[in-house]
Amino acid sequence: MSQVTMTVNGKTATGDVEGRTLLVHFLRDQLQLTGTHVGCDTSQCGACVVHVDGKAVKSCTMLALEAEGASVETIEAQAAADGTLNTVQQAFQDYHGLQCGFCTPGMVMSATALLKENPKPTEAEIRHHLEGNICRCTGYHNIVKSIMAASGQDVSNIAAEVAAE
Amino acid sequence: MPKDGGIGASTKRREDVRFLSGTGNYTDDINLQNQTYVHFLRSDIAHGRINNIDTSAASAMPGVVRIFTGADFEGVGGIPCGWEITDRFGEKMQEPAHPVLAQGKVRHVGDPICAVVAESLEQARDAAEAIELDIEELPAVVDMKKALEEGAPKVHDDLTSNLCYDWGFVEENKAAVEEAFANAAHVTTLELVNNRLIANPMEPRVAVGDFNRGTGDHTLYTTSQNPHVIRLLMGAFVLGIPEHKLRVVAPDVGGGFGTKIFHYAEEAFCTFAAKAVNRPVKWTSTRSEAFMSDAHGRDHVSTIQLALDADNNFTALRTDTYANMGAYLSTFAPSVPTWLHGTLMAGNYKTPLVYVNVKAVFTNTVPVDAYRGAGRPEATYQLERVVDKAALELGVDPVALRRQNFITEFPYATPVAVEYDTGDYHATMDKLTQVADFAGFEARRAASKAKGKLRGFGVNCYIEACGIAPSNLVGQLGARAGLYESATVRVNATGGLVVMTGSHSHGQGHETAFPQVIADMIGIDASMVEIEHGDTDKAPMGMGTYGSRSLAVGGSAMVRATEKIINKAKKIAAHLMEASEGDIELKDGQFSVAGTDKSVAWGDVTLAAYVPHNYPLEDIEPGLEETAFYDPANFTYPSGAYCCEVEVDPDTGKVTIERFAAADDFGNIVNPMIVSGQVHGGIAQGIGQALLEGAAYDENGQLLTGSYMDYAMPRASDVPFYTVDHSCQTPCTHNPLGVKGCGEAGAIGSPPAVVNAVVDALRSAGKDITHIDMPLSPARVWAAMNNA
Repeated sequence: MSQVTMTVNGKTATGDVEGRTLLVHFLRDQLQLTGTHVGCDTSQCGACVVHVDGKAVKSCTMLALEAEGASVETIEAQAAADGTLNTVQQAFQDYHGLQCGFCTPGMVMSATALLKENPKPTEAEIRHHLEGNICRCTGYHNIVKSIMAASGQDVSNIAAEVAAE
Repeated sequence: MPKDGGIGASTKRREDVRFLSGTGNYTDDINLQNQTYVHFLRSDIAHGRINNIDTSAASAMPGVVRIFTGADFEGVGGIPCGWEITDRFGEKMQEPAHPVLAQGKVRHVGDPICAVVAESLEQARDAAEAIELDIEELPAVVDMKKALEEGAPKVHDDLTSNLCYDWGFVEENKAAVEEAFANAAHVTTLELVNNRLIANPMEPRVAVGDFNRGTGDHTLYTTSQNPHVIRLLMGAFVLGIPEHKLRVVAPDVGGGFGTKIFHYAEEAFCTFAAKAVNRPVKWTSTRSEAFMSDAHGRDHVSTIQLALDADNNFTALRTDTYANMGAYLSTFAPSVPTWLHGTLMAGNYKTPLVYVNVKAVFTNTVPVDAYRGAGRPEATYQLERVVDKAALELGVDPVALRRQNFITEFPYATPVAVEYDTGDYHATMDKLTQVADFAGFEARRAASKAKGKLRGFGVNCYIEACGIAPSNLVGQLGARAGLYESATVRVNATGGLVVMTGSHSHGQGHETAFPQVIADMIGIDASMVEIEHGDTDKAPMGMGTYGSRSLAVGGSAMVRATEKIINKAKKIAAHLMEASEGDIELKDGQFSVAGTDKSVAWGDVTLAAYVPHNYPLEDIEPGLEETAFYDPANFTYPSGAYCCEVEVDPDTGKVTIERFAAADDFGNIVNPMIVSGQVHGGIAQGIGQALLEGAAYDENGQLLTGSYMDYAMPRASDVPFYTVDHSCQTPCTHNPLGVKGCGEAGAIGSPPAVVNAVVDALRSAGKDITHIDMPLSPARVWAAMNNA
């Protein structure tokens, strides 16, 4: 066991971990931050995406010890203290960008990282950026739409919805 | 309409707030005091005889609490099958034993052999590596037809062969169908494979067993679509625990798609072991384990034949299907290729004679059971591919051939035992023609050609059956369960309501849509209604969520219970206003006396029910809580027409989906936003089946697709925006909401549209191709183009 210390959602977090303990398990099991999910064991699905020093990282690809001294941000810190959803979260609710909710924390964290680098991404750029985030429920339609809307783009012209409602 | 949304409003989902803020409560988020962890040591070969298991070294490893083997489950029940098929000859299907942990033999890669319970998951895994297994490898059967050959290795030594059943439907029509084929002007034959899929909900399965030594109560937290079904199957058939001593909780569940219907060995193990070690036992599946232990889907090999007369009317249809059961019978496996498949073979067409033969086969593979659509996608794919091929052979427009043969009068009794209550197949095809812009296709094809791409156009129809029912009929067909749904509506003194439903939400949005219905019925805000589901200690006995049944069956139970509430509330209101009960009207949450200005509010009546000072105690009891069980009179029959446009890169064979449009008839719709979302997700899974996904085994039974590195899940860049329309609505005639169900349609309707489009694209380049088996990978498409 080794001791690890990092900043998680603005607070100092310290714990004893094995060398093999992944960051995601440190977050979930020791800090009880269960919003970050584990959907695979090959770093494909992206349900575990968090931000480490401002960059989107799959927390299953990183050992907890590698995060020594880092600043980690998880889904739990995205809404305001009073629970008000942030712009990306609110867009996912407004445009039905989630169903079962399991991939959602990773999607929100990936989308937030994208919008930081590319504030007005095209549909193709969003789809490309989500290569490492798998959703089995939504068919991605409303996820892509949510992210476009969160970036302030007009999504009313997406042909699909004209006929639907 | 209530101001926050009644029936027909695209109300935003209330459950999203917790999912978006990381405060959902999935089973893996549950940790109990003093909990242990279990790791299953699984077979890495497909078939073998267990000579010896030596756990002595492993038992001495740090942190090990106890190691279990099949011997610990002698005298304990096996995992039961919930459906018994009677074959063509009146014989019952062959039904093998399915022990919780392997006994005597292992029968598929992933079959659990030992369970190591330890203080930590890492210690359990470490100890599992120290178990010494002496397993003699036996020849495996993987291919269904080879499994039925004389002398093939037997998956189960105590069965007569690897044939589970040989089912014929409708057996009495067999001779007439043969005669119709003999007299046909044209016969189209197509052999095809419905590829084996793995459902892959993003949340892997989890089970946490707990036992209270003081009370003798068992609790199982599990990732289930139907906790009551698990309680009944596991309690009654595996562990011998009566329902009143067993609580099953399925909290937030991260997707199901069928594969979380079934009762699995790991659930029984954790419940059993929690008592044996006197501590909670938790199992969290890895994705790798999920690939080899979650029930797979589809895996049919079929030959379908369509007979037509000289005017291109369909005169008869027959199919021969081999359906893979895997190594054991999963909970509803036998029903999928039979009653959920054969009964849909008429499709949207007035074909007068249909005969379906299904041979279900045991192989050394993971058990196969229902996956989104379950039987209906297999039926639709065969039918809609053979119709397209017939159009090619006859040189007629495939849409016109379909329209010519559409059923147009309802109710319609098919030759395969079901009666469609409503539908309008021309209307959905008309709508599709418009929203998919059939007219603009040639221009788009020319534009693709200018880029060096082959553009293809594929259309198909589908009919499906949701809300499987009624119980007395399915009982005759072999179901070992009822198929009703339940709801308890509890009204609180201050007017809020809690609905405890037996159906379960794992992405479908019950917590939002169900209150919309009640809000409409009473005329109160939907925010006054809360939905409770997923806990057998709260909800009355219910059958859960599958087969697109939640609103059609579970919603109907809720409507019936709410009607009882309203009837009683009217009695109370009549008393409060000193009026006759028959004169009481309820509108916008106000009870009024017809023709007067007297009224009392909903909240006044609910308060009176719980503070019954001025109350007709001699006539009715205090309180306002009612339960209803609803057993549907028939299936519901959603239908629709789908259109796919693809581009094929002739140099690589890569297919891209350029446009996808769906025109569905789901009857009445409660929340259009949720319905569109369900269709989007279904279409993506159908596109996944058509282009990307396929569970592959080698000839020795090794699973070649065991992770997301080699099982191709659809990603955001594999799919386009979809055009979905559900404005064609022929309400169901036999449930109170007139709803039909929308959860599976997308996955049922989309694969043939994709394949039809790819075949069309290749033919546009002069290739004489009539069929390619799914998934249409670049390699398969390229090979087809270059061999043709």
